Formats: sequence, structure tokens, C-alpha cells
Amino acid sequence: MNYIPVTADERERMLERIGVSAVDELFSDIPKSARLSHALAIGAGHEELEVQTLLARIAANNRCSDDLICFAGGGIYDRYLPALVDNILQRPEFFTAYTPYQPEVSQGTLQAIFEFQTGICELTGLDVANASMYDGATALVEAALMACRVTKNRSRVLAVAGLHPEKIETIQTYSAAGNFSFETAAEIGPLLDETVAAVLIPYPDYHGIIADVSPLIEAAHQVGALAVLDCDPVLLSLLKSPAELGADIATGEAQSLGNPMSLGGPGLGMFACSEKVMRQIPGRLVGKTVDSQGNDAYVLTLATREQHIRREKATSNICSNHALNALAAGVYMAALGPEGLREVALSSCAKAHRLHDELIGTGLFRDRYPQARYGYEFIVDWSGSESFDAVYHDLLEAGILPGIRVGERGLLIAVTEKRSEAELGRFLEEVHAHG
Amino acid sequence: MGAPTDLKYSNDHEWVRVEADQATVGVSDYAQGQLGGLVFIELPSVGDALIAGEAFGEVESVKSVSELIAPVSGEIVEVNTALEGAPETINNDPYGAGWIVKVALSEPAQLDELLDADAYEQHIS
Amino acid sequence: MAETNAYRGPRPTLYETSRPGARCLRCPPASVEGIDAVELFGPYARTTPAALPEVSEIEIMRHYAHLAAMNFGVDTGSYPLGSCTMKYNPRINEWAARLSGFANIHPAQPDSTLQGALALIHELQKDLSEIAGLPGVSLQPAAGAHGEYTALMVFRAALKARGDARRKVIIPDTAHGTNPASVIMAGYEVVTIPSTTEGLVDLEALKEALDSDTAAFMLTNPNTVGIFDPQILEITAAVHEVGAFAYCDGANLNAILGITRPGDLGFDALHINLHKTFSSPHGGGGPGAGPLCVSAELAPYLPGPVVACDEEGVFHRVTPEKSIGRVRTYLGNFGVLVRAYAYIRSNGAEGLRAVAEQAVISANYLRVTLGEILPVAYDRHCMHEFVLSAARLKSEEGVTALDIAKRLLDYGFHPPTIYFPLIVAEALMIEPTETEPVAVLDALAEAFSNIVEEAKTDPDLLRQAPLSTPVRRLDEVSAARSPHLRVIQTFCS
Repeated sequence: MNYIPVTADERERMLERIGVSAVDELFSDIPKSARLSHALAIGAGHEELEVQTLLARIAANNRCSDDLICFAGGGIYDRYLPALVDNILQRPEFFTAYTPYQPEVSQGTLQAIFEFQTGICELTGLDVANASMYDGATALVEAALMACRVTKNRSRVLAVAGLHPEKIETIQTYSAAGNFSFETAAEIGPLLDETVAAVLIPYPDYHGIIADVSPLIEAAHQVGALAVLDCDPVLLSLLKSPAELGADIATGEAQSLGNPMSLGGPGLGMFACSEKVMRQIPGRLVGKTVDSQGNDAYVLTLATREQHIRREKATSNICSNHALNALAAGVYMAALGPEGLREVALSSCAKAHRLHDELIGTGLFRDRYPQARYGYEFIVDWSGSESFDAVYHDLLEAGILPGIRVGERGLLIAVTEKRSEAELGRFLEEVHAHG
Repeated sequence: MGAPTDLKYSNDHEWVRVEADQATVGVSDYAQGQLGGLVFIELPSVGDALIAGEAFGEVESVKSVSELIAPVSGEIVEVNTALEGAPETINNDPYGAGWIVKVALSEPAQLDELLDADAYEQHIS
Repeated sequence: MAETNAYRGPRPTLYETSRPGARCLRCPPASVEGIDAVELFGPYARTTPAALPEVSEIEIMRHYAHLAAMNFGVDTGSYPLGSCTMKYNPRINEWAARLSGFANIHPAQPDSTLQGALALIHELQKDLSEIAGLPGVSLQPAAGAHGEYTALMVFRAALKARGDARRKVIIPDTAHGTNPASVIMAGYEVVTIPSTTEGLVDLEALKEALDSDTAAFMLTNPNTVGIFDPQILEITAAVHEVGAFAYCDGANLNAILGITRPGDLGFDALHINLHKTFSSPHGGGGPGAGPLCVSAELAPYLPGPVVACDEEGVFHRVTPEKSIGRVRTYLGNFGVLVRAYAYIRSNGAEGLRAVAEQAVISANYLRVTLGEILPVAYDRHCMHEFVLSAARLKSEEGVTALDIAKRLLDYGFHPPTIYFPLIVAEALMIEPTETEPVAVLDALAEAFSNIVEEAKTDPDLLRQAPLSTPVRRLDEVSAARSPHLRVIQTFCS
């Protein structure tokens, strides 16, 4: 099956019009010695029926959240996906469009992103949000780089302990290029001085904890560094906003706003900042303006920050945003509204706290941070006599993905609004079986 | 608009108005026309050193960014901060209200290397 | 109020039509009883709710139906946007990515529960390796620019291991803007070299610039004017001569699928845009995927994890031994990978070669046809795209490439890429792709012909164009002067 609409006769007619007798003549610039003399070893093509069968079979070799109840999170959550979201995403005018560089015929994408930017501003309380980045980790990298630009000659970036480990690894990779240095510490106080460009603060942290972040933000500001809060957008409906806390930049993984888990990609990098640092914001931005007739219209703006104009002086090398994921998030935020999103978060928290208390109640798990405040994700340590490997394995066999393993005995558990009472019951029952 | 005859010009399209040992610097009418509607300007600060041939700021239009190249050396004594809120002033009045910085000249001899209005008109034609 | 098209014209945002108390989705009420944010979070509890829209389901559906109608996609009409490969997005790919076994899997699941996904990734790594002629593949980069950056970091690590730190990366002046931006991001200096008048690499200038401080040379080949550089073997040899790496920007891979392979041309690394060459949709700006393919020497430095298969046929996530580390979370844009995988299985070896052949035939057909209307910048056989110049039309009629582009919208075509590459004045860069019917190519040529005629008889019409779109030309200057980047909500009663 290929998707070429040209018939053999038409192809001949085209070659004739071009003035060549065979297609090979068109490839004459390619050195003969480097031309493939054999077919690519990727197998023959298949008809759609066969491809469908093949892919269905591959997909069936995964255990998905339909039959493996998902209590794993760490930024990627198994939330309820409203039916209307994917219906809108399947409109070809959205998904088969390019980046909206021709605004006259891209108002759909542009306005949808403008509304997404507005929603992220509302959740974070900040003045400006961009059209999205690849994921939560690259958004954080961009925040670090932006802070270096804003603070001019500074290039040290500190992270408070508790950031997602894959985000830390990503920032480390980027810092190896030498544009900034990166340190992470439980106590940032001794490291803070006027060479620090940014302090990255998780809110909540990887273990689900909402720590006392205000003093950290204050400490960052005291040395003239920017305070960057790495957030969970759903939990922001219940939490004091980054702006209210004084943060300069808010980032986060926003997959859970209406996007499927999809093995963790594509995600949705959320990025917002205060107006005073706005000129340095990376990524695409949609702005409102008027057309020549005075009609309201939207357009990509402040493009001079971007690489097609500034080239080596661009604020970032990022060219793509995750527009379709941002569209999903925009639809999701509208479908839930202020109350609905709070309900999603509250319902998740209520279930998480119930499961937490009951797991501790079994006597088989110990609370790692007994005094900590948490939302819908928490960490416990297995304290039963059996090896936790065996318990984890049995839970999988019983159709439960109990969470993300952290060390030998630790389990990071996330509970979303999608988890039913019956599912929580099954989880507990299986745990009890190992008592 | 022709290039005013009382000014000196650099090949990079900056103009200089000399009053005693102080000079006012801006961009030429030709340059603002080439740039199109300006939307943003990045200005230096009072006290910064200006070094002839080096960038001292940036102007942005919708689709381009251009560095402001110093035509002379010296210390910046005044900056037209009103441009930050209204960069279009450069488009509307490049030789008047659109001035950018005033400089205490450190090497007045550099002025001799600049173009006069006629030579500049030649340069851009 | 200006006249607007009631169906397709401007429409207020949902934030502006929000009405207190209007609801779409709710959580089952029982699930939120007996819990309170203040109790949970104390001083960190939110007191002012986020002002998201309050609207009903039908309002949302009508809103987005209206917005969709204001958009132009590949399904709307021909999209000959040079360098972007706007080919048809097969629906079977969309169907596949939405299978629950692909959409509803969590990255923290153990490998044993993800054998399907890991097998797919493993096979896609092999397919792309074969297509690129390069043995190492990482599917982690999220987009082309991300792939470029990853490659440069891999070069950096490999050079460091050789004990040979180098500082600069050479780029021709025809390169995509992301190339220099990625170089800076990777901590290198950019050295730009001029191209020949034909838009090819100036081999002498390259040799001049190459030295023991050069980490890499980045090249798009076929290049950004649609020509395959015939000196390619000499170019990559010269780069290797000084111990540097040759990098291929794979934006134009569509033209050479199954014909030649970047690895066989001497490149050490290549990024592939799955959203161009392998038909995953552009989505209005993303998500895409920019897998990186590298030589055997560089493979140990790839970001992890990659997928390996053990002797028992079981798939595992593994990190290459000298990996530069992650460049993002998890395994890559998996949903995009599924689509590309389906596309490769549909086409197979013969199909991919047919894609390249037809892409090149269609571009040359249009080049010959359009060349009778506007001058072609490089009048010779092209690959999958070519560049027209409206410079003469501009000097004769005062009509620019931009005006032509905007007028094409009135004829129902998406415009080509304009003002790129920078070395052609008033450039219009046209890439029809292999998925356009001949009749559409002929209609596009006819539209060009009409527009050039209009430029002579009614140039003002072109300067006003487009006339029939949902909105007209925009005031981009005021958008940038006083940025208005969100709905400003007023809370008066």
C-alpha cells in the first residue's frame, strides 16, 4: 500500500514533459558508487488490512491500563480522557496543518493556542505562557537557559532536591555543553550567591510532597536569581499559584491535561513566566491583533527570538511545539472548567489519601515522610517480610501496576480520579494476601 | 528624506551629531526604512563604554533583528529611554526624537573617518 | 464593523463567552465528598480558583468546529510548502496510534508488560538504521532541532573520549535556522561558509574553514534549494580528513529514500523528521519526532534508553555504555513512532523508493511547468523541491513573493515557503510531495499563471490579497509592539 495518486500512464507523461526517458536521469547528481544497488532490507509493503492486523497484534502484546490498573504517575497520569477531546483532535483541519505561519488560513490553530496560553496563565497565575515545549524536562532546561539570559552574566543553576530524576538527567545532559553549570542539593542555602541564575524548585516533588517552597523562592530572589517552580497543572487547581508564591517561571509536564499516556510521549511541556522577563521566553507565542479590515485575529508573534531569524542568537533551538497536545489541553481545560478541574484533583487526592491510609493500616507498608503534605501521589516503603520483588510481581500478575519502584522497597503511588473503589479494593486485597 | 547635511554618517547607517566634545547617535532614515516598523529596542545604560565598530544595542522589526553599531567611541552620558515604550519614534523621526544615545567622545579624531551627507547618499544609492 | 464571513470569520474565545455556572464535565459527586484543599495543603491551598472557561459541551464542540473551519490542512488542499514535506497523513496510522495497547501504556511499566511497544521501537530502530545506512539509532529526540542538538552532544562526547576537544561547527549559509541555534545550544561556535552561485557547498571555502578545531560540518543534502550536491563524497572526505564529523540534516530525506543512504555518502550522523518523511501529521506545529542515526563509532554515546533484543527474543530498555544521558523524559514521542512504523510497513522497500521517485518526478514536472511562468532560481534537474524567484516581477510590477503567496490562498492553495533560502531573492520554494494528483499540480500551475497575469493587470489586487480567507492580512507590527498573549478577563458583573 502506498499513497501515491499518480498512475503509470501519468508518470510516463510527466517524465516526457520533464524531458527524461527514465527516472534515474533525475538522480544523476548522486554519485554512482553511493547509489543503492539493492532494495532496502525492510521487507515488502503490506495492504492496509495486513497492517491493521499486524499493529493490532503488536498492541496486544502490551498490557495497557485497561487490564493493568495504573497506579503509576511521576508526571504521566492515567486520567479520564473526555470523549470530546479526541473527537476534536481528529478534525483533519487541525492535525494535518503545518505550523501557523500563514495566519490568514491558520486562525483555528492560532486561536486554540491562544486559549491554551490563557488557560496556563490562569493555572499558574503568571502573565505569559508559550505555545508549549516538548515535555516537562525540556521545559525545565529552557527555564534554566532563560534565567541565564535574564541574569546576564550568571550561569549557575541550582535545583532543590526532589526533582523528577529524568528531569535532572536531562538538565545534566544539557549542562555538559558548558552554557551553564548545574548542581542539585538538599540544602541550597550554602550554595546560593550572586553567581546563581536560577533555583529550580519542584512543586510538588517527585515523591508527591508539597514542601514549604516560599522560603526557597525568597532565598533565590535575595541573591537576584530567578525562582522556577516545576508544577503539576492539575494540582495547581488546588494549590496556591506560582505567581502568588512569587515564582518568576513555572514549568511542568502537562500530559495529564487531556492527553493519553502513550508511553510518556508525546508529552506537553508547560512554560509560563512573569511579564518582567517575558522578552527572553523561549518557544512560540501567539498574540492577538487585527487584520486589515479591523477584525480580531491571531498571529505568531515576537518571532525575532526564534531561530529562523536570529539563527545562532536565538533564545532556543526549539522549532516545534506540541501544538496538537496543547489543543487537547485547551479543550480539556474548557471541558472541565474551574470547578471540574478542582473536582478531578480533589477526587484524585481523596482516593490517594484513602489508599495511603489503608496501605499503612495493613502494617505492610511504612510511610516514608509521615508528616508531609501530599496531593494524589505519595511514597511508601514495603515493610513486609516477603521480598518486595515478589510482591510487585504478584501485583502485576493480578492486573495491578502498583506504582513506580523507587529503590528496593519504595513504591511511588499515584491515584487519579479514574480509579474506582473496586480497583482500590483489589489493590488492598492483593497486598493483604502478602501479609 | 535626504540625509541632513549637518550630520556625519557611518557605513553601518548610524548618524552622529557633534556638539562640542559630545555626540548624539541615531540611525538614518534609510536604515529605518529598510528595517520597517520597529517593535523593540534594546538600549545600553548610562556609563557604558561605546566602542567604535562594536554593537551597543539592538533594534527589532517583526521579522528582523539588527545590531546598533557604534560609529564613535566614548562614554554614554544619556540614553533615550522613551524609545523603549515607543520604538516607532525611530521610524517617525529618525533624526529628531528618534535619537538613541549621547556620548562623551573619547577619540574625536574618529569623526574624520565618518561620511558626510553627500558621501552617505552615495553609499546608499 | 468590517464585513466578515459569518461561518468562518472571527469568533470570541471560550474565555469570553464563559458564563458562571455553565458546566460540561463533572466528576461523580461521591468521589469528592469529605475532602478539602485547605485541610490537604494548609497555607498552600489555593483561594482564588483558576478562571478557566465555564461553558457547556455543545458550546465547546461548535467553537472548535468553527475554529477548524478557519484552518487549512493537507486534507483541505495542496500544501506545496518547501522543506516541510506536507504529504498525506494516512488514516491507518491514526487508527494505530489510538489502539489502547499503544495509547494507554505507562513508561514506568516493567519491560515484561511492554513487549509489543518495545518490539515496535526495536524494529523501527532497525528500519531507520537500514534507511539511513547508519548502525546506531536513538528514537528519543522529539523533533528535528532536538535531533541536531543530540547529534552535536554525541560528537562532543566522542571527541572528548578521543582527548580532542574542539570548538567550532561549520554550516553553509543555506542552512535551516535551527542548525546554528543548535550549535550554540551544544556549546560550539558557528562558522558560516558561503555557497556557490548554484547553491552548492563551496568546496574550497569548506577546506579553508576546516581545521583541527572543527568538531563537525552540518549539511542538508539534498540542500535547501532542492539540489543534491554532487561533490558529496569529496565533502565528507574533507571533513573526515581533519578528524571532524559530517552531519546530515535529514529534512530532505524524502527525495532519496531507497535511492542512496546518508551513511553511504560518508555522513556520520543524520536526524530524520518522522513528521516529514514518514507521514506523521504536523499537528499545527507538533508533536513530531527527530530520531538520530549514527555511525558505529558514535553509537555508544547515544542518549538512552534504546531498545535491545536478547537471545531469547525478549526486548529490554538499555542505556548505551558511554551515553551522553537523556535529552528528555522517557523513550521519545512514542505516539509519533507508531505512526511512522505503520507507514514503513505499508510502503515496504519498493514503496519507499517509489515515494522518492514520485516526489522527484512531481517536483521536476512542476519546475518545468512553472518555469514557463516565473524564473527558476537554478534551472536544472531538481530533487523533491525547487525555488522560483519573483525578483523580476518585483522590479517590473512591484509585486513580491509575499503577494504571490497570499494570492495563492484565494485560489485554494497553501503558499510555498517564501524568502528561504536566503541566497535567492524573492524566493518561493515549492515541494509538491509524491501525494499530489497530477490534476492538482496542473491546477497549481494555472493559479500561478493567473496570478502573474494579475500582477500585470491589477497589481493592487495582489497587494490586498488574500480576499477570501477567514481573516485578511494581519497587523503583525502592533502584535509585536504591544504583545497581547492571553485573554484578559475582566471580573465586573
